[in-house]
Amino acid sequence: MDPLESIKETFFQECEEQLAELETGLLAMEEGDTDPETINAVFRAVHSIKGGAGAFSLEALIRFAHVFETAMDETRSGRLAASNEVVKIMLRAADVLADLVRAARDGGSVDEALTAALTEELKTLGPDGADEAGGEEDWGDFEFKPATVELDLPPAPTGWRVRFKPRADLYAKANEAAILLRELTRLGPAEIELDARELPALSDLDPEAAHLAWTVTLSGEADEAAIREVFEFVDGDCELEVTPIGGAAETAETTEDNGETFDIGALLAQVQADAAPQPAAAPEIPTTSPAAPAPAAAPSPDTSSPPDGQASARKPEAGATIRVDLERVDRLIDLVGELVINQAMLSQRVMEAGFARASGVAMGLDELEQLTREIQDSVMAIRAQPVKSVFQRMPRLVREVAAMTGKPVRLVTEGEGTEVDKTVIERLADPLTHMIRNAIDHGLENPDRRAEAGKAAEGVVRLSAAHRSGRIVIEVADDGGGINRERVKSIAVERGLIAADAPLSDEEIDNLIFMPGFSTASEVSDISGRGVGMDVVKRSIQALGGRINISSRPGKGSTFTMSLPLTLAVLDGMVVDVAGQTLVAPITAIVETLLPKASEVNSLGGNARVISIRGGYVPLIDVGLALGYRAEPLPPGQGVALLIEGEGGARAALLVDAIQGQRQVVIKSLEANYRQVPGVAAATILGDGRVALILDIDTIVAVSRGTETLRAAS
Amino acid sequence: MTETHANAGHLRELISFRIGAQEFCVDIMAVREIRGWTAATALPQSPSFVCGVINLRGAVLPIVDLAARLGFESSETSERSVIIVCQIGEQVVGLLVDAVSDILSVTDDVIQATPDVGSDTAKTFVRGLLAIEGRMITMIGLERILPELDLEAA
Repeated sequence: MDPLESIKETFFQECEEQLAELETGLLAMEEGDTDPETINAVFRAVHSIKGGAGAFSLEALIRFAHVFETAMDETRSGRLAASNEVVKIMLRAADVLADLVRAARDGGSVDEALTAALTEELKTLGPDGADEAGGEEDWGDFEFKPATVELDLPPAPTGWRVRFKPRADLYAKANEAAILLRELTRLGPAEIELDARELPALSDLDPEAAHLAWTVTLSGEADEAAIREVFEFVDGDCELEVTPIGGAAETAETTEDNGETFDIGALLAQVQADAAPQPAAAPEIPTTSPAAPAPAAAPSPDTSSPPDGQASARKPEAGATIRVDLERVDRLIDLVGELVINQAMLSQRVMEAGFARASGVAMGLDELEQLTREIQDSVMAIRAQPVKSVFQRMPRLVREVAAMTGKPVRLVTEGEGTEVDKTVIERLADPLTHMIRNAIDHGLENPDRRAEAGKAAEGVVRLSAAHRSGRIVIEVADDGGGINRERVKSIAVERGLIAADAPLSDEEIDNLIFMPGFSTASEVSDISGRGVGMDVVKRSIQALGGRINISSRPGKGSTFTMSLPLTLAVLDGMVVDVAGQTLVAPITAIVETLLPKASEVNSLGGNARVISIRGGYVPLIDVGLALGYRAEPLPPGQGVALLIEGEGGARAALLVDAIQGQRQVVIKSLEANYRQVPGVAAATILGDGRVALILDIDTIVAVSRGTETLRAAS
Repeated sequence: MTETHANAGHLRELISFRIGAQEFCVDIMAVREIRGWTAATALPQSPSFVCGVINLRGAVLPIVDLAARLGFESSETSERSVIIVCQIGEQVVGLLVDAVSDILSVTDDVIQATPDVGSDTAKTFVRGLLAIEGRMITMIGLERILPELDLEAA
């Protein structure tokens, strides 16, 4: 990859982190957090995005980030109170900023009108809207011009003398004095003198050390904060003195330079050509990209002190995390999976060999087992990420949907730190988005209806995550009116989904909304009625090996509960015997298990049988027969039935010979060395070292319905 | 024991094995390992010559009963049966045979072309014949050992 491209990729990754930081900070501010550190964090996030964007000439992004930063700075300096309205504008601005970042990364387009509108709104927050607008034409070629700011300050000095002496660390961190000096020249007419007195003879020269210093006489209206901001990223790695000239504070501290006066162009040429005093690994910096873009507007006296927070906030990140290629992690996970299987096999062999439980071999094996488990957990934890990354997208969604529906909504999130496999997280965003839209659009009542019910006008949607018995449980709850069961039932009858006289429990009625072709909104709304219903949500959750449930209390609200596996590499399975074969049924699909009595099993002719469960009939599928392991079905009254719920909520009972138990199994591909086998989802390896097949329940049910045959399914 | 027939041409090594009374061989380059028989897990809806799958150090390995695949009587599996693990393209497949007998180093000119016979199976799998010490050894090509989707009904 082009080195610049890979830097750019890193920049976009960091942008995502900054955006997350930004949103977190703004949300805290909305809650009333006025801690200067929070406000600084928000400012820094915008500033860093702007800085990075400058390096890649992403102009639309810089332009917006700049206006945003200016407004932020007003808040930071305390001139603009972080009132609710202001924070709300900023939150929306953060959304636009996120759009711009994504557009810059993926080459998409953004809502120009929205961006322009937000730009205007932000400008009204800025120090002087008119000045900002006047400067607009300059942004085209990206020369930041210092804005004139009227501040109640002592008479401004006519210029500044900046003495800048880099330390070796500055170069070691790949900073470049020439670039800083070039930045300074953008603030106004500058005269730069090189102080090379400390430069030793070539024979004594330590190429890693810093020997040069510069004195820059800057005339014009730039203020001290702007000058200091140029050196913001090298703070602590250089000696910096900024003294006003012509103002009252001018000191006689004029250094007795015997250096020559350089034209800046010549200086730059020399510094770049003369590699000797530079660290050997000075990076190539694209000429179009100022490393630290010059600040443009509204610097305030408050910013004149180098931002301490910046340095301290950045330090803990370094070295705390590393970015690792996902493939390497997956390879490691594969290997550990094999280790676990191997260890289980070894244990079984040792038990078979008749070693006593207390023997040294058995005890050593126990320890090995413990270690293996720990390794497995640790390796899985590498892939695990907090659900925060997907939860973070939701506040924006809530704002948008709230604006569209005209319902004031507050989103409360809990358990953002709950960790789950990266793949699961990635595939969680769509169903969550849909459920939250649904909760606001259908779940929450209109404000006047809420007032009638004696509830606060602002609806609350609660999004929470928690670990529960080896799975992650995510809940989306609203405090709306709950499910209108009468209406749900009548719609289901109307659509022919259920019989008019079907005896259904409240729970069963609630779950009707997951049926394909069901949509409760009488008119299709723009927000949730996009032709996809809750059945799609349910299917995508099931595809992840998860289950979803709804519970609803009239007048109090509804809660959707999703339970998902922590990883897709292992699966919770019910190990069963069928015609001498050991098979694994995914537990997520199993609703309950039962021992069918002969009297409950009825034949519909041929091999088609149904079983009566609490008054209803569901098809009874003999798994051995369906997979061709035997020619005759088990006689009625024998075996165990697994009541399962397949795709689209259809129920069926799978008849197996016996249940061995519940086990977590490592999923292995059949296709790698063979091919797909209809009725089989994948394979796994059991403790005895033998391969067991994992049932593809949906296909088996589809075959039993006669919609397809196993052979046709291949 | 290695028998060398160094006449002329490209030298190649073959692994010969026995199914019933017949001898066959495959190119040694395709063979990854040879292992003893372990019970396979049957696969539903599979052709009769696919015995099932076994666990090969964490990978799921399909086992093909070579006798049945070549149109002979299915092998009776016993503890003395052998699985020859072969690389076929991207996939790894186990071949069930009765016993591995020999490693042969031969030149190409020792391998005789398959005489014209009517059998489709022969045309599909037989790559040539070797006459060594009065025994006939049939050289097998592995490319089409696994069932193809359109052949499944056969």
